[in-house]
Amino acid sequence: MLLSLRKVTKHFPVQRGLWGRPTAFVKAVDMVSLEVGAGQIVGIVGESGCGKSTLGRCAVGLFEPTSGEVLWDNLEIRGLAASQKRAHQRKFQVVFQNPYASLNPRQKIKKILLEPLEVHGLLRPTERLEFVKGLLAQVGLTEEDLSKYPHEFSGGQRQRIGLARAMACQPDMIVLDEPVSSLDVSVQASVLNLLSRLNQEKGIAYLFISHDLQVVGYLSQRLLVMYLGAVVESGKTEEVLRTPRHPYTKALLAASQGRWVMIEGEPPNPAKAPWGCTFHPRCPFAEDRCRQEKQQLLGDDNAWKVACWKWDRL
Amino acid sequence: MPELLCVRNLKVSLRDPPTGREGWVLRGVDLRMEAGERVALVGESGCGKSVTALSILRLLPRPPMEISSGQIEFKGRDLGNLTREQWLEIRGREIGMVFQEPISSLNPVMPIGEQIAETLRNHSGLSTGEIRARTLSLLAQVGLPDPPRLLSQYPHQLSGGMCQRAMIAMAVACGPSFLIADEPTTALDVTVQTQILDLLFRMTEEQRLAVLLITHNLMIVRGHADRVVILYLGLVVEEGVPGEIFRHPQHPYTEGLLAALPEVSHKGRPLYNIPGVVPSPFEDLKGCAFADRCPRVERKCRESAPPLLETRKGHQARCFYPSGK
Ligand SMILES: Nc1ncnc2c1ncn2[C@@H]1O[C@H](COP(=O)(O)OP(=O)(O)O)[C@@H](O)[C@H]1O
Ligand SMILES: Nc1ncnc2c1ncn2[C@@H]1O[C@H](COP(=O)(O)OP(=O)(O)O)[C@@H](O)[C@H]1O
Ligand SMILES: [Mg+2]
Ligand SMILES: [Mg+2]
Repeated sequence: MLLSLRKVTKHFPVQRGLWGRPTAFVKAVDMVSLEVGAGQIVGIVGESGCGKSTLGRCAVGLFEPTSGEVLWDNLEIRGLAASQKRAHQRKFQVVFQNPYASLNPRQKIKKILLEPLEVHGLLRPTERLEFVKGLLAQVGLTEEDLSKYPHEFSGGQRQRIGLARAMACQPDMIVLDEPVSSLDVSVQASVLNLLSRLNQEKGIAYLFISHDLQVVGYLSQRLLVMYLGAVVESGKTEEVLRTPRHPYTKALLAASQGRWVMIEGEPPNPAKAPWGCTFHPRCPFAEDRCRQEKQQLLGDDNAWKVACWKWDRL
Repeated sequence: MPELLCVRNLKVSLRDPPTGREGWVLRGVDLRMEAGERVALVGESGCGKSVTALSILRLLPRPPMEISSGQIEFKGRDLGNLTREQWLEIRGREIGMVFQEPISSLNPVMPIGEQIAETLRNHSGLSTGEIRARTLSLLAQVGLPDPPRLLSQYPHQLSGGMCQRAMIAMAVACGPSFLIADEPTTALDVTVQTQILDLLFRMTEEQRLAVLLITHNLMIVRGHADRVVILYLGLVVEEGVPGEIFRHPQHPYTEGLLAALPEVSHKGRPLYNIPGVVPSPFEDLKGCAFADRCPRVERKCRESAPPLLETRKGHQARCFYPSGK
């Protein structure tokens, strides 16, 4: 397995008492397990604050989980020596929603794309420029763009540059954190087509994060739906979207199609997650048991899973 | 019965100070609305949606922009030459406004209830007791829990969706007949977006309120508009009831937008990609504004600009070669 997350949990302190000791935590990610195989696209969907970005950062080693394990190529990151970790880290890249914030405004595109090759000592110095030109062509930019600065590009083009920079590391997997969320529909389509092509031609796997169920559904083979830090439903994308089982998934699907949404209210503050099933305050089907019992993910590891004890009666 | 709103051939120019060049942000927008009608104005960023709204409200940033020609009538009255006082009256009382970022449109240092009460104080002859009662009933009407408590709560203590509800309460406080909502749900979570739209449209029914819903999101207008108007580069390129627009798009731009939307059922096949980019406002256009990106372009399209014509019943498109013809 390229990437495995086993019961990953990440807490952030949100309140500190005397002496700076944390007295309250937000469970940004709560016992999430997932696997991404070589060349696979796994989607993560959920509303803002549900822990998608935190999970993505844990997956590429930018955050250390509070508990649980992250494995790259079946090796637990925590157990890796620094040099080993660095060697592996190159293969797990991340691209964020706003690539502009992560591109140095004073560097030309050429420098931005050459840097990862130099840092990781990839290719011979004489081969690097050719490689970078090839990268640019692959993401739909031209050689002339090498001498430009990030501010000279549109949102869609910057996203392509961010992608080219991640690809310069010759990764096995890229975590794409809301890569098309700030783009117009027509630009979004071209970036999604590009991502799809790179996946097919280069076999790069994605952990694709978005709040837009249609976007995730279009691209991913497997899908995880998150709510307040935890997975509430997962399975093969087509199956989950054909017969969503969790009331929250049903609501997300309806909303993404412009249909009426049966749930009310908004996601609560993750620092004050409700008792029992965390979804119960918004769930039209909630009864006493839902208010008292924490929900486990039911179902089969390889097929679908749902965190609702009465899913088959909804 | 006169139309509620009638915008005719509205042109807004834009001056680029460093170069002195003049461009066009709106190139001749026509927009008509009847009392109680819900119209969605849709288009990608930069097409002129907000400028249309700001023109109607006389809130354009001037300079660099200027209304260079056209006419805007509201309830049969020309909005072209009103005094400042008349404008304040119209904006507060007759036309309500809701914008994308509720948090930045609300006053951060004044309790929610007080802000609504102030609007009422400025625009209605109600007594203090009546104002309090009306404020509480407005807060309840927009679905906010515990209205008495909200009288003393500040915007930052509420979630984004609740702030937007409060904005709506404020916008409809003085019983306007027309509401302009510019991307009212764009900053909100998906499950909250539909709730806010449902609320908006419940208000239209209860108060016979017309709404101009501005959005870049085609999907959300599906169940939430009587009529859809598609804007491209400062021009209305297509207009019709939602069912028509979604099932029988006539303009190649609308067709392209719909085909570019990702869907699960479309998995494994590339999405349609509208070629090229939107021209800048400073570009000189002779023919059709969409010609350079159009898969059906003909010589005629580059020589003259197509008018907006009825292509099917209750459906208009600005195209010489509409779909299916
Ligand atoms: N560095 C941090 N410190 C404290 N809290 C954080 C930090 N990063 C994220 N959080 C909190 O964790 C929760 C999940 O955040 P995030 O992973 O960014 O969600 P998403 O990407 O789904 O919007 C939120 O409540 C957020 O406020
Ligand atoms: N304050 C401004 N100064 C200069 N140009 C502006 C300003 N506001 C908007 N524009 C330009 O006017 C055009 C239309 O903008 P707008 O109506 O805001 O688009 P949208 O459809 O996204 O609401 C765009 O080309 C935009 O760049
Ligand atoms: Mg995020
Ligand atoms: Mg706008």
